[in-house]
Amino acid sequence: MTWGVVVFPGANCDRDCVHVLRAVLGADVAEVWHADRSLDGIDALVLPGGFSYGDYLRSGAVAATAAVMPAVRAFAASGGPVLGICNGFQILTEARLLPGVLMRNRSLRFQCHPVWVRVESTATPFTAGLRLGDVLEMPIAHGEGAYLAPPETLDALEAAGRVVFRYCDARGRVVASANPNGSAAAIAGVANAAGTVVGLMPHPERASEALLGSADGRRLFESAAAWLAARRPATSGAAR
Amino acid sequence: MSAVRAAGAATRAGLSARDAAEVYARLGREPNAVEARMLAVMWSEHCGYKHSKTALRRLPGRSPRVVSGPGENAGVVAIGGGWALAFKMESHNHPSAVDPYNGAATGIGGIIRDILAMGARPVALLDSLRFGPLDEPRPRRLAAGVVAGIAGYGNAIGVPTVGGELRIDPCYRDIPLVNVACLGLVRADRVVTAAASGPGNVVLYVGARTGRDGIGGAAFASAELDETQAAADRASVQMGDPFAGKLLIEATLQALEAGGVVAMQDMGAAGLTCAASEMASRGGVGMTLDLDRVPLREPAMRPEEILLSESQERMLLVVAPAAAATVAAIYRRWGLTAEVVGTVTADRRLRVLAGGRVIADLPPDVLADAPAYDPPSEPPADLHERWRPPVLPEVDPTDVLLRLLAHPDVAGKRAVYQQYDHSVGIRTVVRPGDDAAVLRVLEAPPLGVALVADGNARWCAADPRRGGALVVLEAAANLACVGAEPVAVTDCLNFGSPERPAVYWTFVETIEGIAEACRALDAPVVGGNVSFYNEAEGGRAIAPTPVVGLAGVVPDVARTVPAGFQRAGDLIAVVGDGEASLGASLYAQVVAGRARGRPADPAPARAVAAIACVRDAVRQGVLASAHDCADGGLAVALAEACMAGGHGAAVTLPAGPTTLFGEGPGRFVVSISPPQYGVFEALARARGVPFCALGRVEGDRLRLTPPGARAAAVEVPVDALRAAWTSLEV
Repeated sequence: MTWGVVVFPGANCDRDCVHVLRAVLGADVAEVWHADRSLDGIDALVLPGGFSYGDYLRSGAVAATAAVMPAVRAFAASGGPVLGICNGFQILTEARLLPGVLMRNRSLRFQCHPVWVRVESTATPFTAGLRLGDVLEMPIAHGEGAYLAPPETLDALEAAGRVVFRYCDARGRVVASANPNGSAAAIAGVANAAGTVVGLMPHPERASEALLGSADGRRLFESAAAWLAARRPATSGAAR
Repeated sequence: MSAVRAAGAATRAGLSARDAAEVYARLGREPNAVEARMLAVMWSEHCGYKHSKTALRRLPGRSPRVVSGPGENAGVVAIGGGWALAFKMESHNHPSAVDPYNGAATGIGGIIRDILAMGARPVALLDSLRFGPLDEPRPRRLAAGVVAGIAGYGNAIGVPTVGGELRIDPCYRDIPLVNVACLGLVRADRVVTAAASGPGNVVLYVGARTGRDGIGGAAFASAELDETQAAADRASVQMGDPFAGKLLIEATLQALEAGGVVAMQDMGAAGLTCAASEMASRGGVGMTLDLDRVPLREPAMRPEEILLSESQERMLLVVAPAAAATVAAIYRRWGLTAEVVGTVTADRRLRVLAGGRVIADLPPDVLADAPAYDPPSEPPADLHERWRPPVLPEVDPTDVLLRLLAHPDVAGKRAVYQQYDHSVGIRTVVRPGDDAAVLRVLEAPPLGVALVADGNARWCAADPRRGGALVVLEAAANLACVGAEPVAVTDCLNFGSPERPAVYWTFVETIEGIAEACRALDAPVVGGNVSFYNEAEGGRAIAPTPVVGLAGVVPDVARTVPAGFQRAGDLIAVVGDGEASLGASLYAQVVAGRARGRPADPAPARAVAAIACVRDAVRQGVLASAHDCADGGLAVALAEACMAGGHGAAVTLPAGPTTLFGEGPGRFVVSISPPQYGVFEALARARGVPFCALGRVEGDRLRLTPPGARAAAVEVPVDALRAAWTSLEV
């Protein structure tokens, strides 16, 4: 399988994602330039963190209109797995591939530190290999990570099991002090209706090697790889 | 033409009468108005190092590892595995005093491009900050703005800010210090020079367009600050665009891969004038520049504005003609401008054209080589008075320990470093908050580099020579705690006006002290900068504040140890027996209100032996934790090791009146698992490094018992230590 990592000019986690996928997981990786219009040959896609076009406007707002985005939409529509990390999550919400918005942190400051998240759904490629209630340690590094949505959207997300990750303490308890940025219902990550498009604020690629303090994030990538491997025969059948 | 008339254009441009006469002597004629403006900026203290370059030669700049030393945009030092690190620290004090956010942000942008200019990918930032008391409105506003500016630029550009320091003193009330360092990695055989060469090669302008911002910034940075001038000065402060900075990094590294780039330099202070004249001067060539081809952001800019603009995110490249189109196309693909603005010539003249006319024509050496001054130097009259041992009141040691932990220089800095992205780049193995940051060299595992920034104006104000040496030894001790050997030093020397004999004397003494310690460590000073005129209205100067950045090599990043105690039952020892002094200590300042007295004798050889001993013990995996004794001495170091590890300790103090709070070089608190104790003992004995067993890690309280006593002098729950130490709010 081949992973695609979209390179927006102001992305700054693209190289980190490529390193983890290529050197840690041993996967094939293609860097997809933001001006490209095709995702041919890509099996799973990562929208990495950073400041895609400087983010002087709302984070991700410009990236949502990038030349590559029609191809990203088509890829998502065809059921291809897409993971948006941090700025990638912001881009997915701006592109309306995921519901809700990411507002400034409650502290009104950029925050960089480890957090814990609890797995709330395994109905996505990135969590299919995990268990409900698993607690993952990963760092956050963002100024605009407060996930907000209208109450009816939040209710619908909860009802449909589309909340994928929730901020929690080291023991998995969802407590107010563990919510780093003021996200509604402590939501750290959500999925689209099909479960194939997932966005989250913490950085799994920064927690994919024990040397960096945690290897929990690697499980998301490994899960997607296993999910694709299991799906492959069915997909090629459907494509005929 | 009379010398008096000759001084006309030059003095109008801001040159002193003395410099104007020097210009006349070197050119053999009066400079025209454009040339005079160029000279005035290049001969400013900021660009020309007039008052410092003679003294700076006393710093050792060589070692077998040095690939490129002072004189280039940044020092480059080999680290093994075919890789090298590029390292430099710079000050952005004056702009930050006027516009803290943009002043700090452009400081980050500038130092990143200095590293990039060596062909290195910037991988880490450090910042060393000084402010007045944070309970006063102005220092608080400056601190918040500076931290936000560093975060705003550094986080967006994707270079992690992995460490630094922050200290508070009333002397920085009007003049904050913002010193930033950047470290980059480059293949040792791919280091780029800033020396132009090859007549016929083209001069390529790349990056952002040129606007009117920052004109005369270098000259502004060389003057004392006047609060009423602040609004007018704001035009001298540049605005940063981290997005453009990020594009410049990626495009430049790709352009270097493509080949054909002969030399490059950031357009920082004095912009195009500085880059062109320094590059030509270094290479012993000339250059012709056509200002009509410089990409402009606004219409109708005057030639001297184009020449002196300090618009950010621009670089000047010398490129082989055959490669120019390819290199320019790479920059354009990243959305940047790239225009050929000139050519390299053989005639050692910098010739500037505008509207088809030659508007300046002079040797680049005249611009790049400002005169060196040897100003009068005199020790402060009260020096020996200052050295009298302080008379200190009797105080309860528990109470003073808690006050020391709460002091802003010691208190936790989490509120600051959490605003910096310190994990981007997935290299940060040891994060901020420890003795030194450690980054893995992804390109050559398991190699790592360690970084630290240190400064202590208290010591330097009392005894600049001792203080300079102690600061370097303190930074080296921090590196030892993570198993790193120092290989490169960079420094920012922040002082008042060098035209005051006592300031100049202090400056030279500080350099002597730094040089002595660097020689003992065999660590070369590969670059840095000098910031003079840190004085507010009325001539109130800051305390002498040298800040050093040390970069070290860690052979195996998996072999570092934390600062905090790890396991109950581990043995605690203090390593090193350097002099510890209460003179100029934080203790003296806290209990007596003023840090009187003389700091400890650095005795570098003795300190270096202890430093090497701890470093090797860390590398061999003998220690469970290592932390150096700094501000507040042994007592604070023990408290910090307790807090960091979440364990208590029961300690019997060694003899001597200054052991608890005295400050001195080359002393460490280490913890060792009992089976390893004999191994460490043998290692230290073999090197003749004294150490002393103090007690063990146990429980949840710190207990310090004087020698021979039964009752503890200090007994505090670790939670109470933490409550006192709780992070400084910025």
